[in-house]
Amino acid sequence: MSARLLIGLGLSGLFAAAGLASLLWTPHDVTSLNIAAKFAPSSADHLLGTDHFGRDILSMIMVGARTSIAVALLAVGIGMLGGVPLGLLAAATRGSLLDDVVMRFNDLVFAFPALLIAIMITAIVGPSAVNSIVAIGIFNIPVFARLVRAGALPLWTLDFVLSARVSGKGAARISVQHILPNLTNLLIVQGTIQFSLGILAEAGLSFVGLGAQPPTASWGRMLAESQTMIAFAPHLALIPGLAILLTVLCLNLAGEGLRDTLDPKSQKGAQQGAGRAAP
Amino acid sequence: MQSLFAATVVALFTVASTVAAQAQRADAIIGLQLEPPHLDPTSAAAGAIDQVLYANVFEGLTRFGPDGSVQPGLAASWTISDDGLSYTFQLREGVTFHDGTTFEASDVVFSLDRARAEDSTNAQKALFAGIVGVEALGDSSVRIDLAAPQGNFLFNLAWGDAVMVAPESIGDIKNLPIGTGAFRFEQWRRGDQISLSRNADYWGEAASLEAATFKFISEPTAAYAAMLAGDIDAFYSYPAPENLAQFERDPRFTVLSGNTEGETILAMNNQQAPFDDIRVRKAVSHAIDRQAIIDGAMFGYGTPIGSHFAPHNPDYVDLTANAAFDPALARDLLAQAGYAEGFSITLKLPPPSYARRGGEIIAAQLREVGIEAEISFLEWAQWLEQVFRGYDYGLTIVSHTEPMDINIYARPDYYFQYDNPDFQALIETLAVESDPAARSALLAQAQTTIAEDFVNGYLFQLALTSVVDAKLQGIWKDAPTQAVDLTGVRWAD
Repeated sequence: MSARLLIGLGLSGLFAAAGLASLLWTPHDVTSLNIAAKFAPSSADHLLGTDHFGRDILSMIMVGARTSIAVALLAVGIGMLGGVPLGLLAAATRGSLLDDVVMRFNDLVFAFPALLIAIMITAIVGPSAVNSIVAIGIFNIPVFARLVRAGALPLWTLDFVLSARVSGKGAARISVQHILPNLTNLLIVQGTIQFSLGILAEAGLSFVGLGAQPPTASWGRMLAESQTMIAFAPHLALIPGLAILLTVLCLNLAGEGLRDTLDPKSQKGAQQGAGRAAP
Repeated sequence: MQSLFAATVVALFTVASTVAAQAQRADAIIGLQLEPPHLDPTSAAAGAIDQVLYANVFEGLTRFGPDGSVQPGLAASWTISDDGLSYTFQLREGVTFHDGTTFEASDVVFSLDRARAEDSTNAQKALFAGIVGVEALGDSSVRIDLAAPQGNFLFNLAWGDAVMVAPESIGDIKNLPIGTGAFRFEQWRRGDQISLSRNADYWGEAASLEAATFKFISEPTAAYAAMLAGDIDAFYSYPAPENLAQFERDPRFTVLSGNTEGETILAMNNQQAPFDDIRVRKAVSHAIDRQAIIDGAMFGYGTPIGSHFAPHNPDYVDLTANAAFDPALARDLLAQAGYAEGFSITLKLPPPSYARRGGEIIAAQLREVGIEAEISFLEWAQWLEQVFRGYDYGLTIVSHTEPMDINIYARPDYYFQYDNPDFQALIETLAVESDPAARSALLAQAQTTIAEDFVNGYLFQLALTSVVDAKLQGIWKDAPTQAVDLTGVRWAD
């Protein structure tokens, strides 16, 4: 296990634990306001101080972690559920019209950033956490479809797949029984990366007011609300900003560490010291 | 060596004199949040048009002073007939429009006939509804005949919608406004700024500023940065109250805090369950802690109100005690109405910070009495479509900035859908009543009626907060009308 995997998993685990803990307990209730105690500095009662409504920032970060993780996790789930079958289908029918249709459809979705899709969705049904999950999820579909197709294509030319075909298995069964298990590592690594991008996208959406609506705490909205208060209460912006930065960084580290551990080819690269930037 | 010293001294003096020259500035850059859609104040309701042009470029027969009083404008004096039906205005001599044409009685006839015409697009046609005839008596005198006596006719003529325009320049008024004011229109860079320059031929006292620029900055963060960087000299109606304390501490700036006509209300959908039950509306009104909202959302700027009426108005009745903060009473009332377990309702919030922040605070306060308010943030276009025109909402927060607009409660199809025939009859009586004492009593009764019917939750009167360079004097503190009058603005020595 590499150091970056340890650091990455450790710190993102910490945020996940904080998010989970917020389901049962937070130092203070984030939905009750205490205007008289606004902009309080760090103290024993409020470890990270309070915001412009007198809410406890530590509690809000914990609940925000839960919001971010839930949205990003579900969005990755949607992306995998939609993208993996599409990618397998495209690879199985490579070169056919169906392959073309699937991949051009992916290009089409890819052409719209998650933000644009989210604006489209919220314009129709109104802003909410569920809609941001759907928007980020839709954006994830072509990512996984491309990845699976690219990973599956070389597998189709290998001997064990050939022998499975000779033994009379159909393309669907081969895809599920022989191709998919060989793509697991790829999916885990990409899933981690997409997870971190999902957290970033959720923060972006709630920053512009399209994500989770108050009183649900969210890191992006905490940042947006603090914009005009940076001059006299910089911690309001710094704390959620750091939370987003650290989580995304750790998840990227974890993703790279996982790739190094799971993928022998890139492990060799890592040993040669060839650092690799996250996508 | 000596020559080097001499050169340094000369250079220092040059720098010093440049600094001195800069201190004597003759221009001002004013920040505004909203840009006008076009430049004709007589054909649109947009307040941004009047903010830029009222008193600066366009003038009317009468005008508003900084305190809201009605003062002579292009009419030097007037006489009112004994029956109150006919007003004769003596126009000022030597007034010219910016294109050189003279201002005379025929222009008054043209302006008023245009405003009250059948096909007029004037946003406030009601101001002119009582006029039956406008007649020029020679070049410098005009008689206006009314159908019935009107106590506030001179007030009506002071509105930005009643300014004087000329037939020669009316064609392109939306892009090239030609008025009689102390400033002439120079240039409009759309999306950025409008510049004005001093009118050398002004009939009255010339403005102190030689040039003025209105810069449009809609983002509060950008407004804050521009103000601190000195890119603008004054920000009229500064949008982020949280920064005001910092500007107040900074000796470079002055913060002006004054009155507006903006009653900020928590509107309830009176025809929709559960707000069709007065006990529920009363419960909501008692569940709200106004002071917490003013402190939390407006950082202390704002005056609590108990009805839909401006506290600085002489006819104001303080009804805040009628809906005092009392969560226990609110819970009792909800239980009586059959909502002991509370209920869930939508709270739709337009973009301004009073609504967004105020909404979060109100949602927390309502939660305390068992009402779950589901917040959604809307853009203005969505708000107008869903709430204002579609009636698709439970609760919303908005500030009503028109002066003397209590008569909206007499419109059953208005978005909060309050339908009380007694109140409608009251407003009809008020419209034809011209005796000041009787009007005052009727207005008091109107305020009390809507407060006791708990039509809406009455929160606070919006404050007008402007941030101004400490050396720039003469910016209006209050907003009796939408105007940023620069004629009296000057740099202190």
